[in-house]
Amino acid sequence: MERPFHDLGGSEAGPIDRTEHPPSFEEQRIDAMLMLLSDQRRRLIRVDEHRRTMEQFGENFYWQLSYYERWLHSITSLMLEKGIVSRAELEERISRIEKERAAP
Amino acid sequence: MSRLAIGTRVRVRDLIHTGHRRTPVYVRGREGEVVRVVGPFLNPEQLAYGSKGLPAVTLYRIRFSQREVWGGTYAGAAADTLDIEIYEHWLEPVAAH
Repeated sequence: MERPFHDLGGSEAGPIDRTEHPPSFEEQRIDAMLMLLSDQRRRLIRVDEHRRTMEQFGENFYWQLSYYERWLHSITSLMLEKGIVSRAELEERISRIEKERAAP
Repeated sequence: MSRLAIGTRVRVRDLIHTGHRRTPVYVRGREGEVVRVVGPFLNPEQLAYGSKGLPAVTLYRIRFSQREVWGGTYAGAAADTLDIEIYEHWLEPVAAH
């Protein structure tokens, strides 16, 4: 049987990096977004949908991303997929933020 | 309703990969024993696509021999076991040895 790329159990992984990595502010925000979107009140994202979406990134994109970047791309994909945010709204907001950042 | 009683010998089915699946490749085709009926849960392989996950599926804790799972590559003791929770649709009973 062929192993899907995200099913890693039992494969060689080398030594484990046991150093602590305190989450950055950005990572904490991504974490908070997922918690809020999946809480009992909103239920906009199920953990199983989140996992399925990350598995669908394809192998190259998946491994290019850090752990929380995968979360961020999954949240974005699911919001688009469910029609909660439109592509136009997303692009408009990104371009607004880019302009604000570029402003002196 | 759970179909498999504690103590039942089971084999993990090798279902197709397509879509979101919750049973890792390394236990597929392996034989183990039901050690706990965890209970019914919404089916995560359906929830993954935005459905309600119904009907619920029974989750079982299955105990495998590490040597059975990893074969000749396992260097630990012969008595070592691995417990993993698997949904009922992945399991089929096998005749006692």
